[in-house]
Amino acid sequence: MGRFLLRRLWLSAITLLLVSVVLFVVAEVLPGDVGRTILGPFATNAQVAQLNQELGLDRPLPVRYADWLGNFVTGDWGQSFLLNTPVRSLVVERMVNSLLLGAFALAFIVPVSIGLGVLAALYRDRFIDRAISVTGLSLIALPEFVVGVIVLVIFAVELGWFPVSSQVPSANPVDVFRQFLMPSIPLMLVLFGYIARMARAGTVEALGSDYVRTAVLKGLSRRALIWRHVLRNALLPTISVVSVQVGYLFGGLVVIETLFNYPGIGKLLLDSAVGHDLPVLEASVLVVAVLYMLSNLVADSLYAVLNPRIRVGR
Amino acid sequence: MSAANGRATVDVEGLSISYLRRRQPLRVIEDLTFSIRPGEAYGLVGESGCGKSTVAMALMRYLPQNAVVDAGRVTFAGDDLLGADGATLRRWRGSRMAMVYQDPASALNPSMRVGAQISEVYRQHRGMDGAAASKEAEAMLGKVRITDPGRILGRYPHELSGGQQQRVMIAMALSTDPELLVLDEPTTGLDATVEAEVLDLVEQLRSDFDTSILFISHNLGVVRRVCERVGVLYAGRLIEEGPSDELLREPRHPYTLGLLRCVPRRGMRKDALRLEPIPGSLPPLGADLPGCVYASRCPIARERCHVEPPPPYDTGDGRISRCHYHDEVPTIPPGEQQITPPPPSDGATLLKVEDLVKTYGTSGNSMQAVAGVSFEVRQGEVFGLVGESGSGKTSLARCLSGLVDASSGRATFEDHLDISAAEHRRNAELRRKLQMIFQNPDTSLNPRHSVRRILGRALLLLAGVKNRRERERRSLELASSVRLEPRHLQVRPSALSGGLKQRVAIARAFAGEPALVLCDEPVSALDVSVQAAILNLLLDVQAERKVSYLFISHDLNVVRYLADSIGVMYLGQLVDVGPARAVFDPPHHPYTEALVSAMTTLEDSGGSRPRIKLGGPMPSPSDPPSGCRFHTRCPRFLGDICRDEAPPWQRDGEGHQYRCHIRPGELSGLQRANGASPDEPQAATRRDHPPKENGRQG
Ligand SMILES: Nc1ncnc2c1ncn2[C@@H]1O[C@H](COP(=O)(O)OP(=O)(O)OP(=O)(O)O)[C@@H](O)[C@H]1O
Ligand code: SF4
Ligand code: SF4
Ligand SMILES: [Mg+2]
Repeated sequence: MGRFLLRRLWLSAITLLLVSVVLFVVAEVLPGDVGRTILGPFATNAQVAQLNQELGLDRPLPVRYADWLGNFVTGDWGQSFLLNTPVRSLVVERMVNSLLLGAFALAFIVPVSIGLGVLAALYRDRFIDRAISVTGLSLIALPEFVVGVIVLVIFAVELGWFPVSSQVPSANPVDVFRQFLMPSIPLMLVLFGYIARMARAGTVEALGSDYVRTAVLKGLSRRALIWRHVLRNALLPTISVVSVQVGYLFGGLVVIETLFNYPGIGKLLLDSAVGHDLPVLEASVLVVAVLYMLSNLVADSLYAVLNPRIRVGR
Repeated sequence: MSAANGRATVDVEGLSISYLRRRQPLRVIEDLTFSIRPGEAYGLVGESGCGKSTVAMALMRYLPQNAVVDAGRVTFAGDDLLGADGATLRRWRGSRMAMVYQDPASALNPSMRVGAQISEVYRQHRGMDGAAASKEAEAMLGKVRITDPGRILGRYPHELSGGQQQRVMIAMALSTDPELLVLDEPTTGLDATVEAEVLDLVEQLRSDFDTSILFISHNLGVVRRVCERVGVLYAGRLIEEGPSDELLREPRHPYTLGLLRCVPRRGMRKDALRLEPIPGSLPPLGADLPGCVYASRCPIARERCHVEPPPPYDTGDGRISRCHYHDEVPTIPPGEQQITPPPPSDGATLLKVEDLVKTYGTSGNSMQAVAGVSFEVRQGEVFGLVGESGSGKTSLARCLSGLVDASSGRATFEDHLDISAAEHRRNAELRRKLQMIFQNPDTSLNPRHSVRRILGRALLLLAGVKNRRERERRSLELASSVRLEPRHLQVRPSALSGGLKQRVAIARAFAGEPALVLCDEPVSALDVSVQAAILNLLLDVQAERKVSYLFISHDLNVVRYLADSIGVMYLGQLVDVGPARAVFDPPHHPYTEALVSAMTTLEDSGGSRPRIKLGGPMPSPSDPPSGCRFHTRCPRFLGDICRDEAPPWQRDGEGHQYRCHIRPGELSGLQRANGASPDEPQAATRRDHPPKENGRQG
C-alpha cells in the first residue's frame, strides 16, 4: 500500500511537471501583447517594450520557464498584471471559494446519485429503474449553461427567490443554500447522470454474480445481502467515475461561475485568459491540475482500501 | 442410506420448467420425478445443456427470473418447497439446505475475508456473536481438512488456491449441518489431484454429516465414486435411474450406454479400441418431440419410438428406464473397431528438447516456470505431457511454439532447426510445420472472420496457396477432413458450438501439413461425447498425415488412452518420462504414483482403491524446495537425502526414467505392495515428515 501510494505520487509529480511545461509554452505563445494589454491602445510602442522588459518578457523561453517554476515552487507566484495584487493570495482565495461550491454540489449529489443508481438496479427493468435511467441519460445530454440559464431566469430573475449573482456565503446554513443551490444545480444534474449510471451498472453486475448467489443461498436477510455483499463490490467502479467527474467539475465551474458571477477559480481562469494575465492564468491552471491529481490519488487510495486484491497484492 | 427412515429429504414429482425467451416459453425440464432419501447421495448426469443446473436451482428455489414452473410438486423434508415464502426460504437456505458450485473463485465474495464469510452463516442462523461465530468457522475449516485454519480465516479468496477455495465453500455449506447439500459440478475446472482431494473430502464428510446430497457432474466416474443412486438426464427428461454401480455397469438406456462408450475405460488404448461419440446433438430447447426424445440419435430406434413417448419402465432392482426396448440395450454391439496403428518404432526424432529453461519476471522477483527440461518426440507419435496446474506444461508449450522466448537451453526440430532461437521462428517452413491447438478456440479464431476466410488465410499463409479457386477447393477439403459441413464455412466462429469451433481450429492447424501439433488441453472444455469425437478426429488425421502430437492434458484417462510416450512435470521439471505403459505402471515416480491413484475411472466404485494424498499445496515455483522439488509433499520421502540432494535419473529399461533417490527395484516393490493391499495405511511408507512442512501454506 505504501509503495503503491509512493509510486502514484511520483507519477503525479511527473505529470504535473509536463503539465507545467505545456501550460507555460501555450500561455507564452497565446496571441496578444501583455504590455499593450496593460497599457492600453494609447501607449507608444516604446512604452510597451519597456514594460515588457520590466516584466522580463523579453528573455528566452527556457530561462523564463525555469525562473517561473522555481518561483512557483518556492511560493512566489508573482503579481497579477491586471489587478496588481499578489497572485498567490488571489488564486488561493478563489480556489477555496470554488472548492466550497464544488464540495456543496458533490456532498449533495454523490449520495443521491449512488442511492438512486443502486435503487434502479435493485428494481431493474421496473418503472422506477426506467424513470431513473431515462432521467439520468437525458440530463447528461443537457449542457450546464443551458440548465444554468434556465434556473437563473426562473428562480432568480422571475421568482426572485435566489440572488442573480452568487456570493461567497456566510457560515449561516440558510445563506449557504441561498448562494450555492442555483449554481450547483447544473453541475449536479450532469454528475447525477454519470454517477447514477455507474452505480446502477456496478450493482447490476454484482447482483448477477456468483458470490451474491452464494450469499442469497446462505439465507441472509436482504439488508445484510445488499450492504455486505452487493454494495462494496458494486461501488468500486463508481469511485473511479466520481474521481474522473471531479476533474470534469472544474470544467463546469468555469461556465457556472461566469454565469452566476461567482468569485471562484473558474471565473478567475476565464478572466485571466481573456485579459492575458499570465501569472494568474498559469498559477490557476497549475493549482487546478494539482487538485485534480490529488482527487485522483484519494480516489485510487480509497479504491485500494476497499479492494483487497490491490491492497494485498504487491 | 437408511431407506427405512421414512420421509424423503427431497421429493420431486412431475416437475416441468420452462424458460421464457422472447416471451416464448421453452420447456427445459419435463415431468421430472425423483427423490433423495435422508443421507443418500443422488447423482445427476447428462450432457451440457440437458438441464442439470436448472434442477439444482429449482431445489434451491433460485431459478433465473425468466424461468417458469409449469407443473409439479417439490417437497423438502415434507414441506412444500415451491410454495414456500421468502421468509421461510431465508430460514431454510444456508441452514437446512446449501449449495456448492463450479468455480469457487467467483463464488466467494472477493472483498470479504473468508472467515467473515463463513461466520456469517452462524450469525444468521445460530444467532452467534462475532467471536463465537469465528471460532465455529475455524473449527469448521478444520473439519474440511484445511491446514492452519486460523490463518486461512483472515485471508481473502484470491489468496487461496482453487482447492482451498472449494474447501471453504464446502465448509460454508456444511457449517449448519444441512439436510440437503446440492453440489453442481464441484470439481469441474479443478486439477486432477485437487479434484481427487475434494471428492475424498466429500466422501469423508458423508460419514461425519448426515446430509442428503444431490451431486451433479458430467463425469460418470466421479458420480460412481460418490453416489449411491444416479439419474441420467436427457433433454430435461430423466431417462434412466438406478443404483449407480449397477446402472453404470449395465445400463438399460441407449443414451447411458452411449455416454459410457465415449470415455476411455481403464486399460483402453487407441490401438485396441476406438472411442464412440454419440452421433448428433441434444435437441434444441423447446423442440417438438412427439416420441422418444433420444430417437434422433438412438442406434436401435424404430418406427414406434418416433411416435410414442416411452413411459418410465420398471426394470427391476429399483431401476427405471424410459426406453421401449430397454431389454435390448445390453446387446447393442460396439461400433466399428478401427484400430489406430502404433507409431513406427524406429521413428526418427522429430523434436529434441535439451535443458530448456523459461524464466519469467525480473532478476529480483523471478520465477522459473520451466526449469531445465529435456525430452524427445519421435515422428508419428503422441507425446502426452501431464502435471498439475502451475507445473509448467503450458509455459513449455509456449516456448516450443515460439509464443515466448526460452531463457536458455535448446530445442531442435527435425535435426536442423533450432526453434529456441528467435530468428528461426519467423522461418516460414517452421511456422508451417509446427502448429498449436488451444483449450479455448475462441481466443485463437478471429471472431470477425467467417470460417471460410479463417481457413483460406491459413492456406495462404501456411501452405502458400495463392490461387483463390485452389484455396476454396482446399478449404472444403480441410473442412471435410475434420468432418465440418460445407455450410459451416459460411458462418463466423461464434455461431458454432464448442466442438465445431475446435474442429475449425484443428482444420486451420492442418492447413500447412504440419509435422508437429502442440495441443494444449484441446478437449478439456468439451462434453464427453464431443470430446470423444475430437479425440477420434485427432487420431484419424494423424493416421492420414503422419503428424506427431505433443498433447497436454490434466485428464489422465485421456492421456493414457492416447499417448505413446508420457512426460510428467512437477514444478517446472520433468520427473518421469518414457513409454506410456511404463510410466503408468510401477515402478514410477512417487508423484506419478499419486497422480495415477487420483484418477477416477468408471471401473472402480467408491473407495476400492487406495488413494495417495499429497500433503499440502504445491510450493511456489518462484521459491522451489531444495533437493528433490517434490520432497515437501512426497509420500515416500526418505529423509535428509531428499531434502538436500537433487535426485538422479533412475533408468528402468525401455527408455523409461524417473528422477528419484529410490532405485527401480526397491520402488517397484513398495508400489506394488501398495497396489495389492488397499487397506495398508499410506503413512507406513512415509518415514519422516520434514519438520518445516507443517503449517506451510502457499
Ligand atoms: N436463464 C435462462 N434463459 C433461457 N435459457 C436458459 C437459461 N438458463 C439456462 N438455459 C438453457 O436451458 C438449458 C439447460 O440449462 P442448464 O444450465 O440447466 O444445463 P446443464 O445441464 O446444467 O448444463 P451444463 O452441463 O453446461 O452446466 C440449456 O439449453 C440452456 O441454454
Ligand atoms: S425408446 Fe426407442 S429411440 Fe428411445 S431410447 Fe429406446 S429404442 Fe431408442
Ligand atoms: S527423491 Fe525423495 S522426495 Fe523426491 S520423489 Fe524420490 S523419495 Fe520422494
Ligand atoms: Mg450446469
